Amino acid sequence: MIALLLILIPLLTGLISFFTKNEKAVRAWALFASLITLAVSIIGLTLLKDEKYLTFHAEWMSSIGSSFSIRLDGMGQLLCLLTALAYPLVLVATWNTSYRNSNNFFGLMLLAQAGLMGVFLAIDALLFYFFWELALIPMYFLCSQWGGERRIQVTFKFFIYTFIGSVLMLVGILYVYSHTPTRSFDITSFYSSRLSDPQQSFVFWLFFAAFAVKMPIFPFHTWQPDTYEQSPTATTMILSGVMVKMGVFGMLRWMMPVIPIAFYRWGDTTSFLAIVGMIYASLIAIQQNDLKRLVAYSSIAHMGLMCAAVFAENSSSIQGVMIQMFNHGINIIGLWIVVEWIERKFGTRKISELGGLAQKAPAAAVLLVIIALANIALPLTNAFAGEFLMFTGIFTSHTRYNVWFTVLAGLSIILAAVYILNMIRKVFYGNTNNVTVAAIDITWSEKLALGIIVILIFWMGVYPQSLLNITNEISESVLQRANLFH
Amino acid sequence: MNALILSAIFGVIMMFSGIALKQKSIIRNIAIAGLFLLLLVNILEMRGILLFEIDTRGMIIFDRFGLLFDSIAFFSTLIYLLLSAKDMEKTGVNYAEYFALIFFILCGITLTSSFKSLLILFLGVEIISIPLYILTGSDKKNLKSNEASLKYFLLGAFSTGLMLMGIALIYGSRGTFDTDSINHITGESSTLLIAGLLLLLFSMSFKVSAVPFHFWTPDVYDGAPTVFTSFMATIVKAAVFIAFMRLFYETFSVFKGQWQLLVGIITVATLFIGNITAVFQQSVKRMLAYSSIAQAGFMLLALYAMNGDGEEGLLLYTTAYSLATIGIFAVLIKMNDYTFDGFNGFAKQQPLLAATLTIFLLSLAGIPLTAGFLSKFYMLKAAMQAGNNNWLMIFAVLMAAVSVYYYFRVIQAMYFKTTNAKTIEVTAGFKWTMAILASLIILLGVFPNLLLYWFYF
Repeated sequence: MIALLLILIPLLTGLISFFTKNEKAVRAWALFASLITLAVSIIGLTLLKDEKYLTFHAEWMSSIGSSFSIRLDGMGQLLCLLTALAYPLVLVATWNTSYRNSNNFFGLMLLAQAGLMGVFLAIDALLFYFFWELALIPMYFLCSQWGGERRIQVTFKFFIYTFIGSVLMLVGILYVYSHTPTRSFDITSFYSSRLSDPQQSFVFWLFFAAFAVKMPIFPFHTWQPDTYEQSPTATTMILSGVMVKMGVFGMLRWMMPVIPIAFYRWGDTTSFLAIVGMIYASLIAIQQNDLKRLVAYSSIAHMGLMCAAVFAENSSSIQGVMIQMFNHGINIIGLWIVVEWIERKFGTRKISELGGLAQKAPAAAVLLVIIALANIALPLTNAFAGEFLMFTGIFTSHTRYNVWFTVLAGLSIILAAVYILNMIRKVFYGNTNNVTVAAIDITWSEKLALGIIVILIFWMGVYPQSLLNITNEISESVLQRANLFH
Repeated sequence: MNALILSAIFGVIMMFSGIALKQKSIIRNIAIAGLFLLLLVNILEMRGILLFEIDTRGMIIFDRFGLLFDSIAFFSTLIYLLLSAKDMEKTGVNYAEYFALIFFILCGITLTSSFKSLLILFLGVEIISIPLYILTGSDKKNLKSNEASLKYFLLGAFSTGLMLMGIALIYGSRGTFDTDSINHITGESSTLLIAGLLLLLFSMSFKVSAVPFHFWTPDVYDGAPTVFTSFMATIVKAAVFIAFMRLFYETFSVFKGQWQLLVGIITVATLFIGNITAVFQQSVKRMLAYSSIAQAGFMLLALYAMNGDGEEGLLLYTTAYSLATIGIFAVLIKMNDYTFDGFNGFAKQQPLLAATLTIFLLSLAGIPLTAGFLSKFYMLKAAMQAGNNNWLMIFAVLMAAVSVYYYFRVIQAMYFKTTNAKTIEVTAGFKWTMAILASLIILLGVFPNLLLYWFYF
């Protein structure tokens, strides 16, 4: 029931939004809907933890062995919570941003939420594919309609990239399906597909294409900085905060347990790509003058680390990835909120044109600095727990190159400190100039959103166990399935 | 049998109604009522109620598959007439005759979907083709329409010749036209038979515009009056595809080893040429012509796979493709400007129509939640079960990704670009029909069993 509600609430409220013409009303409606979803998600996490509330099963296309089955397991819990939490934060933080045809904007945003929830809940491969695409379509319309100047080409590139990835994944799904003993798309029957070594490698690359584009992993990342830059910021927050996690999630749920041999075999190759991408993205981020692009490249670096950790395949790395998916989602939304505020207030995102904001906007400066420090994984912040676990995992992994991977990945943490601190120094400190001299501090809505984020940062930083408890069981079971074969 | 006879009768009625009745709206309504009746008696036949008992000596057998496809074809034609019958007035003076020709084509379709003898196949294909030559040239004052008609006629006659030659060779080798009698191996498969098989393969490929026999398609589809292009590119094409599949499933399935590779090559070429060429088109009408080639490539996968999934999938595919394409054409007919820019700002002027068009385009591109996705999915599933063709499947899905490029150009024009050009005028009934059509596509995309259920019931 809980699981079904998580999909149904955004879906239905989203459809209603399309017919609400009043801008104020539809904004309030969207916030209301997202708060209900958040409440349902929290209830699923605390009160109604019984299996019967968290699963839902209905006959769908029984003739080909596909059913509407959803289940809220630990990994799903965490990412659904992230999705449910991200929406109110985004809506509150962008409360004062106005959109043309706002009914369509909020309607599409909520539909995208329904798609995202479905991706994290589905335990039927065909259903997973349905939701995977359904999350993408509203995003396409959101970015192309409300984005920046080059939005049409940029979003189209994004769409084509991800679509190519997904259709390849579809072939992979069909391939595994045709080798399942019961001819079913259910995840348990996917587990029992006994594919040979070369068959697994074939499926591996088909799945990897979809997930690597989504995350994105170097060299499939070229859509990402442009799309983040051109999209409306509310959409960018959802894209970078929640949607890119679909890639990591997909690997953990649909690749590692289903094709463990190939996952192990190609682990070094993909980790290498991920780590090259980390260094590369960090070096580019240092050069960036545009705030949005800076955050975009920093996101590539962080996702690269998560990818490398997934392939390390041990319990600390997997646990680290799971909680880092949540933490990174929260942190990056915080960064975007500040970027959005700067762009709206000063009409520019150029770091070189800004300066001295701390004098004029102390609240913004304090909150941003905390979030930025969390982004470079300082102890006591949430990202520290996740990154520490991931580094431990990479260092103790089975691969021959574990030391190299750890050292190179660690390098990117230093580089992250360089660009983040540099950004803070140039934007918030120094002298004010004509652009920033008349700045006023952030308003209540941004304070509220950033405040909640900062509270979460410290909470998860001081007591990460609350997240680890959720994911403990599922990460063990995933690993167990993956390790059966080596 | 019900539909076969009734469609012929209605064809004659429509011919005479042109002389007897002067008012166009009455003629139109008779035609629509006739199609309703046709659909009704066909469904009755599926329930086992026959109005006519005629001994066909086993040359035609109206089985479940054929009847289901007939129903789909009649339903699509009904939708087509509801949306576009009024626009036929603009084409020429002989309004009633267009309906008569359409009924004759439907008569041919009932033959091609149920034949058990190669002669009936030939008869059906000819009954479909000849009215089409006339419809293509029906805009008599227009040079392009005349050119298209002549081109279609000459090339069509040539391929008919090939087909007849093929049938003759097969008869020469087996001494029968009966499909079941041909379909077994006696000793070594003779050269004569294989030659006949290849000739039939080529002529049917021509009719469904598979590469390299597709050269007539863009010119004919572009030159023909747009109302009739809509009919040709959808219902007729679907019917010929069903005939193509039946022919190879029932007549040549034991010779699979001889033709499967060839069909595979034709599939790849069709997917490639159709999709890549469609990318470079500037006119939506021509784009749809190439898109019909590209979609034929996907449908050919059913022929390649040759299994139950392919059969079901092709039914779903032809339905999804026909309905979506009819919907797009219905709007295109009303546009003044057929280029992509003609659609600029369409969403502002006609939000409902733009939304339905988006659903049709998404369906053609194969995005989930639409019938188009599931039909592509069935095709891939069928091909997967045929085994050992991973690269063919990867190629097919990559080409599907290419198709996103040209379908989405229309969506981009409608939603993200603006114009000052004046809006098209449509009636409320038109909008409602489009909305119902779009919801049908979504319904089939979520519950394909609604359609396939009829197959087994």
